[in-house]
Amino acid sequence: MGKKILLKHDHVSGIQGYEVYRKMGGYTSVERALKNMTPNEVTEEVKKSGLRGRGGAGFPTGLKWSFMAKPKGVKRYLVCNADESEPGTFKDRYLMSRIPHLLIEGMIASSYALGANTAYIYIRGEFFYIARILENAINEAYANGWLGKNILDSNYSLDLFVHTGAGAYICGEETALLESLEGKRGNPRIKPPFPAVKGAWDCPTVVNNVETIAAVVPIINDGGEAYSKVGIGKSTGTKLISASGHINKPGVYEIEMGITVEDFIYSDEYCGGILNGKKLKAVVAGGSSVPILPADLILKTANGKPRLMSYESLADGGFTTGTMLGSGGFIVMDETTSIVKNLWNFTRFYHHESCGQCSPCREGTAWMEKVLHKILDGQGSLTDIDLLWEIQRKIEGNTICPLGEAAAWPVASAIRHFKSEFEEYVKNPSSINDVKHYFEVNKLEMA
Amino acid sequence: MTETKEIKFNEETLELVQRIIKRYPEGKQKSALLPLLHLAQAEFDGWLSAPTMDYVASLLNILPIEVYEVASFYSMYNLKPVGKCVIEVCRTSSCWLMGAEDIIKYLENKLSIKAGETTEDGMFSIKTVECLGSCGTAPMMMCGSQFHEKLSFEKVDNILDKLKSDDKRKTYFDAVVVEDY
Amino acid sequence: MPKVTIDGKTIEVADGTTILQAARMLGKEVAPPAMCFYTNLKTSGGYCRTCLVKVSKGSDKDPRPMPKLVASCRTPIMDGMEVQNNTSPEVIDARKGVVEFLLINHPLDCPVCDQAGECHLQDLSYENGSAKTRTEFERRTFNKIEIGNKIQLHMTRCILCYRCVKVAEQITDGRVHGVINRGDHSEISTYIEEVIDNDFSGNVIDVCPVGALTDKTFRFKSRVWFTKPMSAHRTCDKCSGKVTLWYQGDEVLRTTGRKDQWGEVEEFICNTCRFDKKLTSDWTIEGPTIVDKHSVISANHYEGMIIPNELTLNDIKKLPLLEKNTDGNTEF
Repeated sequence: MGKKILLKHDHVSGIQGYEVYRKMGGYTSVERALKNMTPNEVTEEVKKSGLRGRGGAGFPTGLKWSFMAKPKGVKRYLVCNADESEPGTFKDRYLMSRIPHLLIEGMIASSYALGANTAYIYIRGEFFYIARILENAINEAYANGWLGKNILDSNYSLDLFVHTGAGAYICGEETALLESLEGKRGNPRIKPPFPAVKGAWDCPTVVNNVETIAAVVPIINDGGEAYSKVGIGKSTGTKLISASGHINKPGVYEIEMGITVEDFIYSDEYCGGILNGKKLKAVVAGGSSVPILPADLILKTANGKPRLMSYESLADGGFTTGTMLGSGGFIVMDETTSIVKNLWNFTRFYHHESCGQCSPCREGTAWMEKVLHKILDGQGSLTDIDLLWEIQRKIEGNTICPLGEAAAWPVASAIRHFKSEFEEYVKNPSSINDVKHYFEVNKLEMA
Repeated sequence: MTETKEIKFNEETLELVQRIIKRYPEGKQKSALLPLLHLAQAEFDGWLSAPTMDYVASLLNILPIEVYEVASFYSMYNLKPVGKCVIEVCRTSSCWLMGAEDIIKYLENKLSIKAGETTEDGMFSIKTVECLGSCGTAPMMMCGSQFHEKLSFEKVDNILDKLKSDDKRKTYFDAVVVEDY
Repeated sequence: MPKVTIDGKTIEVADGTTILQAARMLGKEVAPPAMCFYTNLKTSGGYCRTCLVKVSKGSDKDPRPMPKLVASCRTPIMDGMEVQNNTSPEVIDARKGVVEFLLINHPLDCPVCDQAGECHLQDLSYENGSAKTRTEFERRTFNKIEIGNKIQLHMTRCILCYRCVKVAEQITDGRVHGVINRGDHSEISTYIEEVIDNDFSGNVIDVCPVGALTDKTFRFKSRVWFTKPMSAHRTCDKCSGKVTLWYQGDEVLRTTGRKDQWGEVEEFICNTCRFDKKLTSDWTIEGPTIVDKHSVISANHYEGMIIPNELTLNDIKKLPLLEKNTDGNTEF
């Protein structure tokens, strides 16, 4: 069995409730932090742990916390990003519905470190039932003195609220999330200023992913150093991987960073191999936004080393031959999967989810979907493949927020690694036998 | 859909509204807009009519256009009347890999409507949606806030039968059964 | 005062100055185009991405280049910053892309568009775009909505610069229009048909960079290049009363705010001045407006002419540029 830190007790009966959670050692990190540590000491432990943001960007959490501006007399906020919407990612949902108190505990300890007296969990609207699970857990925490005024007689007070979104992938971007928290459209803000200086209601704010905040609990309990010893290199600790697609055992797995991708896909402890004994074709390793890799490149790096489940190893080779750990949304595709159709599915997603604020993303995502649709409809030409490449290139790096890149990278990588498949669709449209059926279901959405 | 009543929250909801507003800093009551629109949609026939949105604007003391801008941005708000049970089927990524398009087609045939439409009796609407974070249990759909996962045609049949037997409008506030993973 | 070098030209600017503002101070050779930024509108800019530039040196303190191109209208100058605009092939290439994106759904109905001749999208495309189009898909359309008897909304032409929303937010009370829907379905709308009527609502016409919002009282009356701009003022209790009157013969066809060389209104004007005062006798004429733009409007209009401080109607009639020819068209 691999090392488990966050999901140590996920199968303990009744762990959703306060009593069992507390019995299993819950809330000790809050006791330790509030009684024995200064806020700065908590931040230092997080820095020592090497914890990196688990939402996708992988930015060092301790460093992010240290950017928090602290002007006198101005409120500070911690906002938890529970907008989990990256296709292929469902780890936060599992964690929140299974061990809601772990998130609440992490929120308290983290808010203490940041000097925030009000904190919010921004949860995507579609997780309405989880919002209620969290609200129940919060009520239990209030009732037991972990939230509210003067917690544990430490003079530290914290109020924690759940805020539900209403269906918008873009609200996973931290400034769009803050806009949405303020009751506005989820349009990402133009940076600078960054949230650490001007965040929620113009006050200094830190936005962290659910898993990141949960990881603060073991870091305080066992020390940052102990956490940093788990994992490999700069990929410290464990990571929750959401495994889905054509595998025998889809689900959420906590892995110690550094295990091989091959082990993760084929061992019975994790994915248990490819469904129906088929062959592996490709993997999207970190949620739909990261570059897709063909089987050979996901199992081994370009220079023949085994690919590991870590930030660095997955990125080995840059975008030419590598990808990203991202949010840990691990989507496996077997040999029967059409990469072109899959790409269209992704591109439609980004088209649907673009906020529409800046021109390259608003126009470019729609355009890419139309070109892909045309190719799948048997009407494409070889120049359409070049055009797709050109469009993604003109989006990448030129947009307000990373949704532009998130839409561009899947297109670029699919063409980079599977160009022959695009050419086959163009040259021999009659080979696309099930396209007609497909388009009856999925009409192209014209604006 | 022909249900018409005065657009005003009941006393209990009005109290909840005040509690929600208090979650946010003073003077920033607009922050309560998303939660309030959820409440309004649940209470006023499952969709947000212009008068409903104007009412929410008046509760928060903001301009009606501020509500329209927001309501039309987020995909969970219905700006047109919908059936008593809106079936939201995921069509993205892993659900697609695992057969979402077959599920959508099956639902469309079974209910004799297309995605985006409502059955004549006003009972069901089908809405295709993007990834709902249920990729490991694909394909899936959501009714109210109940996730129905690892769908097969048989499972869809059973769910529809069960839904048909209950005439009450489904909302995101309904209690759910959480399946074990 | 921080110093910045843009395309090899250096200038010292006040703290907080953006790259775009500094570039404009240096002159139009180095100033990036801007479709959504507007000096007099707070929080404007950043959306259209036409003003993207390359920051090849962040500052003296931190000389690292910025990893991506940045929107010059929203990026403040740091001391020692070095910026490339027209000297960067990367910028030119990206801008070409942005122009293409802005055009793929634009109806290109310039022949019947009242904005033609003073349209920033026309200028932008001409200067930065590609001569060929690579899209073959149907262009986006919207349901038409009426927003009143003074302002015409053509949503298909809109590039979603947000300027008109900011005008409504910042200089009128009771905003009734905004951006609704999402992504490429986004549109400027009142949602339910409502009249945009407010003392200052007409300014949305002046700030619109394209023909999405035009003056209904001027609709199809003349091509702008057949009209003559004159600076004029009147005593007004709502606004400064400083306007530009657009004449054909001795008839005022249209009134706008006065625009600077970047096409931005210097002072917003009220609807009374804009829509209701169409007689020369309503105004004190200051003289022909200098249009500092390589446009047919300015082409050779006033060459060699001495601009008097104030003109009477009779003076104007005497001016050769306002004489009508036999077709009833103005002769230049």
